[in-house]
Amino acid sequence: MSIAITARDLARRFGTTWAVDGIDLDVPHAQIYGFLGPNGSGKSTTIRMLCGLLVPTRGTVTVLGHSVPRESEIVRRKMGYMTQRFSLWDDLTVLENLEFMCRVYGLDRVTRRERIADRLRNYDLEVIAKQRAGTLSGGQRQRLALAAATLHEPELLLLDEPTSAVDPQSRRDFWEKLFALVTRGTTILVSTHYMDEAERCHRLAILDRGRVAAEGEPKVLARDIDAIVVEISNADFEAARRALASVAAVRSIAQLGNRLRVLLPRSTVNAVGLLRAALAADNGTAAVEQVGASLEDVFVAATRLREDSERPGRAA
Amino acid sequence: MKWLWRLLAVAAKEVRQLSRDRITIGLIIGIPTIQLLLFGYAINFDVRGVSTAVLDQSQTSLSRRLVGDLGATQVLGKIRQAGTDRELRELMQRGDANIAIVIAPDVERRIAEGTRAAMQIVVDGSQPALENVAAGLANIPLLRRAGLPPPARPVEIMVAYNPEKRTAVQIVPALCGVILTMTMVIFTASAIVRERERGNLELLITTPVSSAELMAGKLLPYVAIGLIQTTLVITLGWFLFGVPVAGRLIDLYLGALLFIAASLSLGLLISTIAQTQFQAMQMAIVTLLPSILMSGFMFPFEGMPKVAQGIAQVLPLTHFNEIIRGIVLRGAALTDMRSEVLKLLAFLAVMLTLAMARFHKRLD
Repeated sequence: MSIAITARDLARRFGTTWAVDGIDLDVPHAQIYGFLGPNGSGKSTTIRMLCGLLVPTRGTVTVLGHSVPRESEIVRRKMGYMTQRFSLWDDLTVLENLEFMCRVYGLDRVTRRERIADRLRNYDLEVIAKQRAGTLSGGQRQRLALAAATLHEPELLLLDEPTSAVDPQSRRDFWEKLFALVTRGTTILVSTHYMDEAERCHRLAILDRGRVAAEGEPKVLARDIDAIVVEISNADFEAARRALASVAAVRSIAQLGNRLRVLLPRSTVNAVGLLRAALAADNGTAAVEQVGASLEDVFVAATRLREDSERPGRAA
Repeated sequence: MKWLWRLLAVAAKEVRQLSRDRITIGLIIGIPTIQLLLFGYAINFDVRGVSTAVLDQSQTSLSRRLVGDLGATQVLGKIRQAGTDRELRELMQRGDANIAIVIAPDVERRIAEGTRAAMQIVVDGSQPALENVAAGLANIPLLRRAGLPPPARPVEIMVAYNPEKRTAVQIVPALCGVILTMTMVIFTASAIVRERERGNLELLITTPVSSAELMAGKLLPYVAIGLIQTTLVITLGWFLFGVPVAGRLIDLYLGALLFIAASLSLGLLISTIAQTQFQAMQMAIVTLLPSILMSGFMFPFEGMPKVAQGIAQVLPLTHFNEIIRGIVLRGAALTDMRSEVLKLLAFLAVMLTLAMARFHKRLD
């Protein structure tokens, strides 16, 4: 399996804060590679360094066999980039935006016509071709931005939180398009803070405060999680929370509907028994059982969030 | 040739966006028109008909002739006679007189001796431009050569190239430069900063388009706009204010083109420094004010202190004013003004170099 992007000890400082602090990456070819992390974890900064928009303070980057930022110009011809913010022109129509991007990539007239017709059809843009980009809905904008980023048929797509302003159905459609591109051999690097999107990636790096907290295939990450996940149901949650908080081993408590999900270190001996004992003092009716980890558990375990923090993943 | 297509693609996009921005289109036409009308009709550097008070303490035929001669210059308007010093002061205080002329009782002896002032001109310092008027009056030959009897015919002063001394004749060509400075610097600076603000630039710089293609493509439409504005000002100046172009039009347009390029390069440099359109606007105004005040548009260049003259040399408008006045009023050719042309070219080269050095296809 060939590698599309390699980064070693990649770091970037803004003033006195390290936005990215020593990241190692190996992004395989023709796969979707995800960056999962909360806001400020260094996702955008890393992507910008990978496409040569920001110069790393430290470390090396190789993209498609070229050293970045030294050979950014060569890489830019083979790469498509979708910015976090919609960055096509609001006062141009869908068609005009696509035509302009074609010209900027130096496509000849015949190719231009073919590609634009294809993208309009494939990304459901035909009916809105004459509409100004500024009047489009969030989902339509995302489709237009992806269509524009793929006009020159890049080997590599860098997508910076592409679906953050899009409804769930549009997100599903958007991911369909991504898989279609991967099937044709495109490598995609996508950053997200949605768990369901992260689960769809072939591989994943969980970023936390500028470092890679965990890396691997989502399934493997969940299987090899460095924690024990226990679910508690049928309990008085207020009382249970109080009781669990006094257990030193408990790393995180999160409520999902009428269940509590508790994370403990993997080294905890008889975790279920420990929690049962803690809860018994208050309320004997609680059901306690060890369950398989979800990606969100992996994320929580990796980023070591405390129980009173906002639950990540669902927050915008 | 791919670079040219990319450049033209950027230019075409800019034109398309501009054509949809009605307010900006309005400003492109509106700014020159309004400015020309405002400045052309309102600004008048000529002072005529200044209300005057005379305190003639001598009451001789010579003193009456002196007053008569001064009145003949047309600079003085209604002349009131004051009986006493106190009356004179009251006239000035009420604003009924802005200039007062005091003739000494022994005016004949003083003129004959030629050592003491025979006549005193008092100027209301709260009124602008009157001091110059007084200086002008004092320079009238009959008073300067105080020892001699006034000549029968006053020395005739001839003003070449603008015989009627009409302000419009001086204003129209100079205004051309002022308007171009305003629109060219501000438009280009904000056109590029706007793309940065809206995030378009982040996308553009990840494409194969080069910095030079991007800049040239963005500036090209504004060159055309500058030439349109030049045409507008010169045409309006001709029809409304009767200021014809004495020189050749090709020289006029070449000179304008050079100045437009110099102004655009300044706008470009600003756009590489400013992070927001608001900042770009502030910086443009900072360069605009000295251009208007120090380029010789408002005040004569020779009258400024040495430091100010040095600063004015850096401003492209100073040199363009010379060029366009030469072409429009004196019928000069561009080749007659090599040093101004060279200075503009130097300005352009420096600004472009700085802008290119500052503009990276990066975000940091």
